[in-house]
Amino acid sequence: MNIHEFQAKELLRKYGIPVPFGKMIANASDAGEITHNEFAAKGITTVVLKSQIHAGGRGKGVVSDVHTNLPMEVDGKQVRGVTVIREGNIADKAYHIAKATQGNKLVTIQTGAEGKIVRRMLVEEGLNIAREFYLSILLDRQVSKNVIMVSTEGGMEIEEVAEHHPEKIVRVHIEPKMGFRSFQARELGTALGLTGEALKNFIDFAIKLVKAYDELDCSMLEVNPLVLTADNRIVALDAKVNFDDNALYRHPEYKELRDLDEEEALEIEASKYDLNYIKLDGNVGCMVNGAGLAMATMDVIQLAGGKPANFLDVGGTATADRIANAFRIMLSDKSVKAVFINIFGGIVRCDRVANGIIQASKQVDLTVPCIIRLDGTNAIEAREILEKSGLKFSVGSTLQEAAAKVKATVDAL
Amino acid sequence: MSVLVNKKTKVLVQGITGNEGTFHASQMLAYGTQVVAGVTPGKGGTKYSGKDENTFVRPVPVFNSVSDAVKATGADCSIIFVPAPLAGDAILEAIAAEVPLIICITEGVPVRDMITVASALEGSKSRLIGPNCPGIITPDGAKIGIMPGFIFTPTGKDGGVGLVSRSGTLTYEAVKQMSDIGIPQTTAIGIGGDPIIGTQFIDAIKLFNEDPETKAIVMIGEIGGNAEEIAAEYIKKHVKKPVVGFIAGQTAPPGRRMGHAGAIISGGKGTAAEKMAIMRKAGIHVVESPATIGVTVAKALGSSISSATPAKAAAKATAPKAAAAKTAAPAKAQTAPKPTAAKAATSAKTTPVKAAVPAPKAAPAKKK
Repeated sequence: MNIHEFQAKELLRKYGIPVPFGKMIANASDAGEITHNEFAAKGITTVVLKSQIHAGGRGKGVVSDVHTNLPMEVDGKQVRGVTVIREGNIADKAYHIAKATQGNKLVTIQTGAEGKIVRRMLVEEGLNIAREFYLSILLDRQVSKNVIMVSTEGGMEIEEVAEHHPEKIVRVHIEPKMGFRSFQARELGTALGLTGEALKNFIDFAIKLVKAYDELDCSMLEVNPLVLTADNRIVALDAKVNFDDNALYRHPEYKELRDLDEEEALEIEASKYDLNYIKLDGNVGCMVNGAGLAMATMDVIQLAGGKPANFLDVGGTATADRIANAFRIMLSDKSVKAVFINIFGGIVRCDRVANGIIQASKQVDLTVPCIIRLDGTNAIEAREILEKSGLKFSVGSTLQEAAAKVKATVDAL
Repeated sequence: MSVLVNKKTKVLVQGITGNEGTFHASQMLAYGTQVVAGVTPGKGGTKYSGKDENTFVRPVPVFNSVSDAVKATGADCSIIFVPAPLAGDAILEAIAAEVPLIICITEGVPVRDMITVASALEGSKSRLIGPNCPGIITPDGAKIGIMPGFIFTPTGKDGGVGLVSRSGTLTYEAVKQMSDIGIPQTTAIGIGGDPIIGTQFIDAIKLFNEDPETKAIVMIGEIGGNAEEIAAEYIKKHVKKPVVGFIAGQTAPPGRRMGHAGAIISGGKGTAAEKMAIMRKAGIHVVESPATIGVTVAKALGSSISSATPAKAAAKATAPKAAAAKTAAPAKAQTAPKPTAAKAATSAKTTPVKAAVPAPKAAPAKKK
């Protein structure tokens, strides 16, 4: 589960982790008013306006009009996802930039060409930055331990650093039996070239951050950049937090952090029925039981010359109702021109699945070719049920046979 | 022979009285697995016979703790069906009781809990399979998991194929493709789809490599992590047996979890293309389509298939016979006609294979 930067910083603040003073705003007039009252009036002369979307690369991202697609400009300058405002009437400038941004779309390297609509922004005090670093905590799957990584290359994508300057990344594993210790934090701080007061502050920062990562059940916590201010403070200038989905039951409060605007409508719908659905941009929908077989089925579609329109795992307990909902959701995607249902009945019985499909296709207007492959438990009965239904299905029994039918169908599209 | 489990394996079921535990314990018992004990705290001292359509073929004694169960029954394997919030604890209890083989079926165990588990496993006497896995099966010997037993084919005197996979249904798919053309399996291990799992590809492959009865290995991976790459390195150096590999998720977008918690391409790492390339370099027969796993195994076995199953033509996926017919029926509870495997074999992949269709065995065919 992803959350916004302002939410992540709110959580970190609770752990005593230094983040810049900031306020979330939901519309342009707030931007002007809050910047005036909370910042300018208190003697803050520089603010940063940051678009809140679930994607990185905002600083370089471009804001464009949601209808015309034309890039937005303020004072003859292109509006980006993050703007530093440091001169003149900062409240007025904040208002204009927020007005140009709110409700429009931000296209970054991570959003894809369609971009994401900016609904909220964060106004923060500008800091006097001496140096920028990178810091993150995540699971190192290879050793089944969390690892904390730092780099002197703040603000850069860590993947890029890893590729071009791997020596600039320093890692320390967190030993479950020992926990994260000051000496380890000191090692990391020293590697960043910190000394004295700055090092002391870094150690304190890192220890609190690991505690937050752990207690919040994060699967990733990235601070990029982490900054050293001119007065030797260590501050999280940005914060990206992902939660471990498996641990959400421990944190009922996270429900409020979920931003449905950031999610695909069909994915939200699917999650209501506990279906694992991911929308993709292809033309062949698929419905499968089991995550591995679902991925493999998408691969089959591609090998047949099609493009998978979705990932959809109906799970091990595919009841008729569940199948019906999955079927309906899959077909709600208008770019779907053909569907491939691939069920391997182990515990699930194919006849029940077949009944579910028939039930669903009566509710949904099935206008696209539908290839069904049911194999395993009660597969013969299932095929009979499908054939007797009078509905136009193309039925395959082995995966290879079904794959050939998918190819024929795709070729005819 | 087989790896890790066989007819002698004594199994205890943690969470035996729950819905999942009840259903699968009844299935395992029906398959012939030695389920010797169940653990449900508070129900120790009773005997449990399942319920309704999942009535056990014989009652199983229930204990309050894993250590009680081990002491009383000598169980050497535990299978865990407890819900995710309690699963980490259940694994730790089994480790503390020094159960040699622990299989955790449960999906959704938090990573934080698994980090503790992984740490407890280090230097312990236990091996963990899973979590979020279908379990392990040695056809006709022991089914310790949730897989449909009827699709598997036990080995004859000529051995068979060992299979290791991160995915459940994709395992079944591959197994059925092999069974349909008469290729038996020694043992199939579902290692699980989570980012932290006990037994890794490399561990399973070492076991299969050392098992004389295993003539070839199938490894089915998926996007995310680098366990396949590590295994490929090992295979390149140490494994002479043919290895057939597949990686699911060639079309998966980066940054999205594809159902399994561990199936995610992060930071451009863990893509199917990358894994497949490394596996190919290691000499693994990598298939691009999951539909061709079975035939590729047959080809990879080449002449040795004729020793594995006395029908040489199996290499073309056309015709194994005697061994297949003999093996394809893990059949005690089999109600269906026997000659199915041979029939299926002759028509191989193009006909709706009859071999495995006698499904009733997997479903609650054996009520009482």
